[in-house]
This record gives sequence, structure tokens and C-alpha cells, in this order.
Amino acid sequence: MFWNKDRETMSRKEIENLQVELLKEKIEYAYNNVPFYKKKFDDFGIDKSSIKTIEDIRKLPFTTKNDFRDNYPFGLFATDMKQIVRIHSSSGTTGKPTVVGYTKNDLETWTNLIARIAKAAGVTDEDIVHIAFGYGLFTGGFGLHYGLEKIGAAIVPASSGNTKRQIMLIKDYGATVLVCTPSYALHIAEVAKESGIDIEKDLKLRIGMFGAEPWSDQMRKKIEAELNIKAYDNYGLSEIMGPGFSGECEEQNGMHIAEDNFIAEIINPETDKPVKEGEYGELVITTLTKEALPVFRYRTRDITKISTKPCSCGRTLAKMSKPIGRTDDMLIIRGVNVFPSQIEEVLFNIEGISPHYQIVVDRKGALDVATVMVEANANLFFDEMKKQKQFLDNINYELKSALGIDVSVKLVEPHSIERSMGKAKRIIDNRKF
Amino acid sequence: MNIQDYKITQISVFIENKKGRFYNVTKTMKDAGVNIRAMSLADTMDFGILRFVVDKPKEAYDALMDSDFIIKKNEVLAIAVKDESGGLSELLNTISNLDLNIEYMYTFVNALENKAVMLFKFEEIDEAIEKLLTANEELLKEEFFRKI
Ligand SMILES: [Zn+2]
Repeated sequence: MFWNKDRETMSRKEIENLQVELLKEKIEYAYNNVPFYKKKFDDFGIDKSSIKTIEDIRKLPFTTKNDFRDNYPFGLFATDMKQIVRIHSSSGTTGKPTVVGYTKNDLETWTNLIARIAKAAGVTDEDIVHIAFGYGLFTGGFGLHYGLEKIGAAIVPASSGNTKRQIMLIKDYGATVLVCTPSYALHIAEVAKESGIDIEKDLKLRIGMFGAEPWSDQMRKKIEAELNIKAYDNYGLSEIMGPGFSGECEEQNGMHIAEDNFIAEIINPETDKPVKEGEYGELVITTLTKEALPVFRYRTRDITKISTKPCSCGRTLAKMSKPIGRTDDMLIIRGVNVFPSQIEEVLFNIEGISPHYQIVVDRKGALDVATVMVEANANLFFDEMKKQKQFLDNINYELKSALGIDVSVKLVEPHSIERSMGKAKRIIDNRKF
Repeated sequence: MNIQDYKITQISVFIENKKGRFYNVTKTMKDAGVNIRAMSLADTMDFGILRFVVDKPKEAYDALMDSDFIIKKNEVLAIAVKDESGGLSELLNTISNLDLNIEYMYTFVNALENKAVMLFKFEEIDEAIEKLLTANEELLKEEFFRKI
């Protein structure tokens, strides 16, 4: 199902032409309205005439999270506050929060892009949508809310917290679509089961739109089985707008990027050079339609890959894969790059394993020691020591084959890993550098 | 003879090697009015497997389940051993001659006068009961653990 069929099925040539035109306009717009960009573009000797082909975007300097912090709070805004109608910001767990603003048109654009990913996931005006994203400064709640409302679905803005109550609402209001983080979706399934709910009989859920944290295909299978739904991934970050940058179609194999509103590049995070199509690297985003806060070549720190191969759904928009990690989540253990998603993939292939895990890295002497804590359950517990050890040795072996380094699994008691309402805390790095 | 009479319910609990976990298990049992008859702990650096035989297996099982412990129910045999040197090795020799595979075993002290009692987990419990009885070994019945 399409929301803007014309826009979603342009030829690749049309997409590129549109991107070049919009990029030129935005360079001029930012130059005239944001002192920060005026200085940067002057330093790099760039104006709109520098852009002739889409590759010319590489002449532009990068923008980073630090640029947002240095210009806190409104220094990167291109309009005066009179035109700004909404402010969102990141949680700011480290340092100052990242502040973003929206004009009326920006909100309209955002709403349409969310409507697009919701349609692509199969949501219709008949659906009842339970949104368990926090409503507030975080872009997830409000972002999804207006887009889903736009397509005519009935929204239950439950926000986050009190899982038992959420489940009661999902059941009583007959929600057919669930919107939250993937880890929270699993938590809902777990609590529902514990409270004696028969998910197939008592709930009407059919679609999940999950985002705001990375998750693997194994986790998707798990969520789909536990909640009896189709689970779709979507991606975005507040710096460039919020969710709606990309979302999966019914193929569930990559998220179509709204290329009529953004330019996506994949670069090698070490060399800053573009990688070949289909190779993993850091996603870099340029906004093409934002009024309040145009951003050029934003370093997302997310590691993914992009394909422009035609998709069976009919969309011509490029698809990005699920991010496999963040450049700054990447753990370097004994000199080897490790992404938590690689560990998750091994774990979720084990029959009966609990979805709650945590990776703890310590330094003993000069050596890094990584331990994966997994909650034990009856499926993973053998009454015989020999079998129990054998079972753990097998997981350790699988981890070693996948990662190339020794990582040991430790079973911990149920509920001893902290549950999160938002993003799951997967890594505890106790090393002091 | 009914071989079911000799099958003794054993409950195993997974415990993380953390302070107080062992105590929590025994407290849960005590609160449920259950008496532990025999117990063994097999542990590694990271975790332990606590196994025990109690007077009221059903109550123990339910109480531990309710407290979110990870548990398994199994059947073991209790065999009386002469409380003198060589008593155990004689029994192990018999078991080996009978071609029975032991998964693990542990002692149950102070059970009988002049005799010790060992608890055995065999791979094939039915076969073990039949062969051991035929070999005139003294197997204790489940009811014994309910009364002591
Ligand atoms: Zn598609």
C-alpha cells in the first residue's frame, strides 16, 4: 500500500535529479539563514554552483552531534522562533541535549513520511493503534502519532510505563497495531503471558511498528511468534527529523528511504570515504526539505548498508538494512570489532533462550574479558552438571565462531537483568581507558 | 512389588553463585512448611545446582515455582549402604556389574541405624530398580522420606 505513490515509484534518474535540485536550494537557504553554515561553506569554498551531480555532495563538510551541542540550543535553526511550532530534543544522557525545531511545513512533511511507512507496513484507517512510545521531548511518540492519525487509524496514545495497564488497554480497546521499541514489545509479551493472557485469543494485534533501537532478524522472529503479529522496522533520528526517514515494506527486507526528502550516503567511518553499494559503513544523512533545521551530511554513527535494487513492492526508493550497530557502540575487545547485534544473533538462534541479555566487558590485568549474561529458564537448565556445562560450552563455541574471540556466557537468575521501557541497556563496559 | 514406590522425587534448583541465594531457597521451603531430607550442591565458579529430597515434594515444587526459581523435577533412588569400610565400593561394584549408568549420586546421612543411605540418579530408573532389587540391594521407598 502506498501513501505518495508518485513519489515512492519515481525512476532512479528522477530521484537523483530531484535530489540535486533540492540540495542546491538548501545550500543557498542555509548559507543565507544559518551563520554556522555560512562560515562552513565559505571555509570549504562551496555554494550551490558546486553541485552538479549527486556525487558532488561529497564536497560538503560533515555535521556532527558536537555541532548541535556547540550551537545549543537554537544556533542551527534557519528560521526565527515565530515560525517554529514544535521543539523536540534528545535525552542528553551525556552532556547537553540535542535540540531540534519544526516549522508548520516541517510537521506536515513529517506527518506524511510517517503515513508513508505506516502504509508500507500495511496499516489502514480501520486499525486501532496502541502507541507505547514515550510522549514528550523524544520524537518517537508524537512522530508516529500524527502520521498514523493522518491515515485515519484510531490512536491510543498510551505513552510509556505500567506494562500491566498497557496490556489491559491493548486487550480492552482491541488494538490491532502496536508501536514501541522492539525490546519493550518482548517485555509486553512476557508480562502478558505471566498475567495469564492468551495472546492469540485475547489480543487482536496484527502489526507491530518498532524502532528507536537496533534489533536483529532473530529478534523479529521471536516478537512475531510471541505476539502473533508481523513486525516492521523503521528508522530515523531526531537530528534529521525523527522516525520516518525509512521504513520496511511487506517484504520485511530493508527499509525504503524517503529519498525525495533526504540524501543517504554510506561512508567508511575511519577514512570518511564512500563505500561500494552494498557494503557496510556509517550512514550519513542530508535533509532536503527541512525548513527549521536543515542539516548537511549528518554523521549518524549507525552502521548499515544501502541497496538501490528494485523491490517487489514496486517502490524505487533505496533500501537500508537494519543497522548492525553504532560506530560508538562498537566494542573493541582484544583488538577485535564486536557489535552487540552479532552476539544477539548467536543467542537468538538457541532454542528456548530468554530475550534478555547483557554484555559485560571487564579488564583483568591487560586482558579484556567479555561475559554475556543470559537469564536462565527451565529450557536452559539441566539437572546434570555435565549437560549444563556442555550446553554453555556450545554457546561459547558459537560465539567464538561468530566473533573470532572468546566470550563466555553466564546464566543468571530470572529477572536479574534490568528491564527497560525505552532502549534496552545491552552493554556494560567496566574498562577504564 | 510396585516399582513406582521406589521412585523418589528430587527437586533441582538453578542458583547463581551470589550471596544469599542458597538461603533464599531454604527459606522458601521453610515458609512452605517443607522439610529438607537430603541435599547436595554441585557448583562451579558461576552457578550451582542445588538438589534435594523433601517430605512434601508437591508443596516444595509449587512454592519454588511461585518464587520464580528455575527448577526441574526428577526421580532418584535411595539405596542403603552398610556403614562400614568398603560398603560403598561394594555397592558401586554391584551397580557396575549390573551395567547401570549413574548420572550422579550423593549421601543422605543419619537415616538408618548402622546404615548410610545414598541417593542415585540413574539414566534408566525402571531398569535400575528391577536389577537392584533382583540383586538384593535395599531400596528405600518414597514413603520413608515422608515420615522420618
Ligand atoms: Zn519494498
